[in-house]
Amino acid sequence: METVVRFRSAVCLLGRFPALAGVDLDVVAGEIVLLQGPNGAGKTTVLRACAGLVPVVEGEAEVLGVDLVADRRAVRPLVGLLGHAGGLYDDLTVAENVRFWVRASGSLVADADAALARLGLDGRLADVPVARLSAGQRRRTSLAILVARRPRLWLLDEPHAALDQAGRDLVDGLMVDAVGAGATVLFASHELDRAVAVAHRTITIAGGTASVAAPEPPAVPVA
Amino acid sequence: MPDGAAILRDARLVVGKDLRLEWRSRVTTNQLLPFALLVLILFAFALDPDRRILREASPGLFWLAVLFSTLLAIQRAFSVETADGVADALRLSGLDPAGIFLGKAVGIALHLAVLEIALGAGVTLFYGATPHGPLLLVATCAAATAGLAAAGSLYGVLSAGLRVRDTLLPLLLLPVVAPVLIAATQAFAAAYERTSGAGWRWFGLLAIFALIYLAIGFFAFEPLLEES
Repeated sequence: METVVRFRSAVCLLGRFPALAGVDLDVVAGEIVLLQGPNGAGKTTVLRACAGLVPVVEGEAEVLGVDLVADRRAVRPLVGLLGHAGGLYDDLTVAENVRFWVRASGSLVADADAALARLGLDGRLADVPVARLSAGQRRRTSLAILVARRPRLWLLDEPHAALDQAGRDLVDGLMVDAVGAGATVLFASHELDRAVAVAHRTITIAGGTASVAAPEPPAVPVA
Repeated sequence: MPDGAAILRDARLVVGKDLRLEWRSRVTTNQLLPFALLVLILFAFALDPDRRILREASPGLFWLAVLFSTLLAIQRAFSVETADGVADALRLSGLDPAGIFLGKAVGIALHLAVLEIALGAGVTLFYGATPHGPLLLVATCAAATAGLAAAGSLYGVLSAGLRVRDTLLPLLLLPVVAPVLIAATQAFAAAYERTSGAGWRWFGLLAIFALIYLAIGFFAFEPLLEES
């Protein structure tokens, strides 16, 4: 099994504060891994470090074969991050936002249109400026960008937040589909009932370090 | 080695996006343009309705109005890149940072060009200044605008991630672009006084300034984007 994420005693600083204080972490290809832990534990920092947005200042960190300590920028085209913020331009429409980010990543516009349909954003909603959307619709738009980019590693920070029941089911389905297409998913969530059901295993982050739960059998895909 | 075709492709994408944002928000036409014209009118009030003084000072007043408007244009151009986590999305996008820089600079330059046309008409209308030497005027506008847009894009991204960006940007940018104000004013004055020879020397200074900041932007934008 190819190792997609490998951290050894990884340390990340936010200012002078050690947001990660020696994390050991392994994720192999095709896994859906849930990061859980209290607020401020370092879940978001793990995801941002995997995306090459936060520097790893000590230890070892490798994502998709890229050494993050040596060149964290090289991993960025390979991963997709859904953070707390959506990364959307308020004055552009849903379709314009998705097409812009898809073109920026070098993907095809046809992929953008397919993703809009997959997320239920085609039709009238596609032409609505993002500023007029509800929080859940904005979340769907950000997810559409992620789907269209087809990253090898999905990094999702609270992906169920702001979504209704149908939207949450859709997110779970997207994660399962992504893994089915050869990607790997690492996500953080406080909605443990739902998250544990879709995840293959759980890693607990607390105080900037990780403790790994015993591997669990793959869950039955939801929806 | 930078890939020129990729940089141009990314720059075109960013310019297209910025023009579409302007088309939807109308910030330049509904806010920047009225602001720039208001500055011209306030100068006229401050210097009394003595048209002779206004005519003589019109090159400097024109470029001061352009400079103040530039600050607003840059703040607008980079505020859309920091809202809602867009800065992270840009870093992850795969866009070449040099392409982003070029796209932002061209977008700002296009906004400034529209402003300069309106301000040129305003100076003629309010101050009674009659321009001569159209070639020198256009060349001066082009070089000064390129310099302002390039330097503005650099300092815009530098201050974009800071909480005090709105107050910091003028403090950082205005001293840096003082040579543009001086050279563009002198070139305009030469054109107005029909002494174009001296004006072209000032144009040369503007062109050098623009080239230097374009070159710096190509190489320095990436680390600045990382820190923003």
